[in-house]
Amino acid sequence: MTAQIIPSRTAAEAALAEIFASAKAGLPGSGAVEKLREESFAAFARGGLPHRRIESWHYTDLRALMREALPIAPAPTRERRAALRKAAAALPANSLVLVDGVFAAELSGKLPEGVKVTSLSAALAEDRPGILESLAAAWAEADDAIVSLNAALMRDGVVIDVAPGASLAAPLHIVYASVAEKPAARFSRSLVKVGAGACLRLNEMSLGAGGRAGQTNNALIVDVGEGAEVGHTLSLTDTRPGSLRLETFLVRVAARAKFDSFALVTGGGLMRRQIFKLFAGPDAKGTLRGVSLLRGREHADTTLFVRHAATGCEGRQAFRYILDEESTGVFQGKVVVEPGAQKTDGKMLAKAIMLSDAATMNSRPELEIFADDVICGHGATCGGLNADQLFYLETRGLPPPEAEALLLEAFANELIDDIGHADLVAAYRAEVAAWLAARARSETRSVA
Amino acid sequence: MLEIKNLNVAIGGRRILNDLDLKVAAGEVAAIMGPNGSGKSTLAYVIAGKEDYEVLSGEVLLDGENVLELSPDERAAKGLFLAFQYPVEIPGVATMTFLKAALNAQRKQRGEEELSIPEFMKRVKKAGDMLDIKPEMLRRALNVGFSGGEKKRMDIMQMALLEPRFAILDETDSGLDIDAVRIVADGVNALRSRQRGFLVITHYPRLLEHIVPDTVHVMAGGRIVRSGGKELASELERTGYREYAEEAA
Ligand SMILES: Nc1ncnc2c1ncn2[C@@H]1O[C@H](COP(=O)(O)OP(=O)(O)OP(=O)(O)O)[C@@H](O)[C@H]1O
Ligand SMILES: [Mg+2]
Repeated sequence: MTAQIIPSRTAAEAALAEIFASAKAGLPGSGAVEKLREESFAAFARGGLPHRRIESWHYTDLRALMREALPIAPAPTRERRAALRKAAAALPANSLVLVDGVFAAELSGKLPEGVKVTSLSAALAEDRPGILESLAAAWAEADDAIVSLNAALMRDGVVIDVAPGASLAAPLHIVYASVAEKPAARFSRSLVKVGAGACLRLNEMSLGAGGRAGQTNNALIVDVGEGAEVGHTLSLTDTRPGSLRLETFLVRVAARAKFDSFALVTGGGLMRRQIFKLFAGPDAKGTLRGVSLLRGREHADTTLFVRHAATGCEGRQAFRYILDEESTGVFQGKVVVEPGAQKTDGKMLAKAIMLSDAATMNSRPELEIFADDVICGHGATCGGLNADQLFYLETRGLPPPEAEALLLEAFANELIDDIGHADLVAAYRAEVAAWLAARARSETRSVA
Repeated sequence: MLEIKNLNVAIGGRRILNDLDLKVAAGEVAAIMGPNGSGKSTLAYVIAGKEDYEVLSGEVLLDGENVLELSPDERAAKGLFLAFQYPVEIPGVATMTFLKAALNAQRKQRGEEELSIPEFMKRVKKAGDMLDIKPEMLRRALNVGFSGGEKKRMDIMQMALLEPRFAILDETDSGLDIDAVRIVADGVNALRSRQRGFLVITHYPRLLEHIVPDTVHVMAGGRIVRSGGKELASELERTGYREYAEEAA
């Protein structure tokens, strides 16, 4: 007898196969794109949903946690579109709206000089030169089941081109609007190419115009050209329990470029954000920061792969978590310094504040250094609020819940203040304040 | 105004304060001196409401009310203030945000209205000017990156702003330069009034030349072993604490 272990497919995996089989004919692109989709899905299907025995998914066992695969969101109804048009009118200038993962040019305003935007579906359909290559290159960097699934099912997204030397005064916003009436899935992929010496601020946010808990698998690929400066912010906030958010972020930083990214994660059910950062040219700077605020049984995983492939680059990674009730935070950070990448200066720090005994934090920083002349360090802390600080505030008259909220707000805002753009700082601070206020309200309720 | 009766306090099973009795009348400035480790900061913390200490018996009465049953913020709202021996750094909390939150929290507890922003700014400016706190310092996170002396001045500035009824100063003069001692002393003196009491803990008679106390108490071994007038401070400077060592044991 031979014992061959073939793991049986889960219901979600089976459903994904069906979704791909029935959706692929209608997805944009032909020829080479179709081939890429088929290969990507095959790669996904070989391993199935990632699970705890896959090292980078150890703390987020998607195979066990993803019970079902939702159908792809249908095109929005006329009423939904009308409602959305109203909501979109309140968006800041330079907003690019994706409706359930599909770019809605009519909801997006006029763009400033130096920026060109098209939909990914148009770029794929017309086989625009370079598009496939940049997708494939991104895929090679991020060898991961969820990225493969995204490549197979990517339906649309935005392709943003910032001309070399262009300098945008106001931020550009990518707005993810979810409008499907029934819980649905969205697969989007966006490409941002920032020309040499250009200057861009890119903000990603959500517009929950009545959508239900759903599943998203988004990928964003940012190419930062030589000497360019890019500030990126992402608000991954979702108050609907039971949602599944899979977010892949790929950034390639060219020589002497500066890249800075901040993400705020709150709410929702299960969130996995994976960031692949490549220092491709010398003397670049790249910072990744993030704050996750979790309660209930929320689970948020941020996993970084930072690769230094060039000399003299400075990498900073700082992530903070506030974990309440039975929530789970995951931080994994792998920094690889390749043999040639001398004079690399890399630092990584993960801090968690635990507000409940039932909350869990899993931290795993990892360094793989193959060059000798580097400065690299990492650290992780995890604990309650500082008792001396609390006491000090209380002696000044702040009741314990207020003292606690002030310290928590400060913990989050310290990273937010580094965004360096007043409106965005104010917007992200407001989201933190809203989360704390919601927490305070539910605490009062549970005491009453 | 403040009356401590038969206070016994332990930490980690070790007795620190022993049958301590002390009275400070309204309008009085009482100084406490005593050797290192005699329990002065412990007394200050217990009055302010720090959790770590185990109060075995006794009472701390503020105008007849036992504050030991109140939380630290409630004690603050009743008018108790502690200037810390080591003021705490709080990264990320803007000093102005903190000052406003503290002032309004106390007012709310007392059933008073929130201060308007201009009124708040006016008061901050007044207190800041009095203690030579530069506007630049107020823009930083609370106590972060402040020098030792700046932190002490910031604590006294908070006192000036919060206008407590009873203030405890735990070695506020330690680490202050000569000018800063005078600035802090002027700040305290400006607040002296018939309704307000002070407990000034110090190692240096020099401070008591600026803030002239009504009474001086010697603390040793967790109790008050001697009390007298302001001349006691200079006497201690000559004699040291040797003669109290056996009383303390
Ligand atoms: N958290 C603690 N755990 C254990 N022992 C403590 C703790 N806090 C204070 N003590 C002890 O209590 C005693 C009194 O300390 P306290 O800080 O009150 O002294 P002090 O009179 O203020 O001294 P100093 O003049 O040096 O400031 C000391 O022996 C000290 O070691
Ligand atoms: Mg002391």
